Amino acid sequence: MKCSKFLTELNDFLDGSLDSKLKAELSEHLTWCHNCYVVCNTTKKTIEIYRENQVYELPDTLRTKLHDAIVAKCKASKPPNET
Amino acid sequence: MGTIQTNVTGDTSEELALVQAAKGGDITAFEQLIKKYDRNVFRIAQHITQNREDAEDVVQDAFLKAYQNLKQFQGNSKFYTWLVRIAVNEALMKLRKRKTSKTVSMDEDVETEDGSVPREVADWSPNPEQLFRQAELSDILAKTIQGLPTGFRTVFVLRDVEGLSTEETAETLGLSVPAVKSRLLRARLQLRERLNRYFKKKKNGGGDQQQ
Repeated sequence: MKCSKFLTELNDFLDGSLDSKLKAELSEHLTWCHNCYVVCNTTKKTIEIYRENQVYELPDTLRTKLHDAIVAKCKASKPPNET
Repeated sequence: MGTIQTNVTGDTSEELALVQAAKGGDITAFEQLIKKYDRNVFRIAQHITQNREDAEDVVQDAFLKAYQNLKQFQGNSKFYTWLVRIAVNEALMKLRKRKTSKTVSMDEDVETEDGSVPREVADWSPNPEQLFRQAELSDILAKTIQGLPTGFRTVFVLRDVEGLSTEETAETLGLSVPAVKSRLLRARLQLRERLNRYFKKKKNGGGDQQQ
């Protein structure tokens, strides 16, 4: 398997959605290709780091403010079954 | 090597009961749905608009629109997916208004190849986050993802940060599954390449970070 082929399958490999034959071929490629091994590891870490460290959190005070504003607008609006 | 686990939330019968009650005008039931998903909607809105005030408006507009159009929700998709589709559309509209001189769409800049082909292969996994203070790391992550084209950024946020499936992301954005997969791969590789600039230098003991 060439590195270019490995890259095109990287998403499905990381997401665990490859069939077992293709998965085995990719795993074999990783045993001898250091560059793909590193790209695979660091891409996986990139996804994890964004999932575990949310860039934009909603502060409690703002959350309360937004919640109250939404509810007020919903109450002022017609109920769903009348629109 | 382990695979990435998604954190997709499924509709429970309890949630469907809340939707049903809200359809009948029960605001208290709808409030429960707001509390369940407001953080997700806020994050998505801020990632797309990259503006705090716009994100606040999007959260309000998206939930109000969802409430007013609850009858349109037939339960063919998850309530969350349906809500996210409304929020993404509201956020893209805000972005278009703010960037009046520039067209903003899901197709923007998708032809760029920047960072899609790995050039740097320094191995900074498994714990680069431990090299930075939390505020510093957040700043790096924000700067890095803000640099992605809107079309890539939105696919990455929905699929990888918020945990929608590939099919749900496609449905939400009105894209084909192959288009989502292609953009997701390029988004992941571009982010990896851009983070590399920060993490590699820090790991090697460098002080200043490249922009």
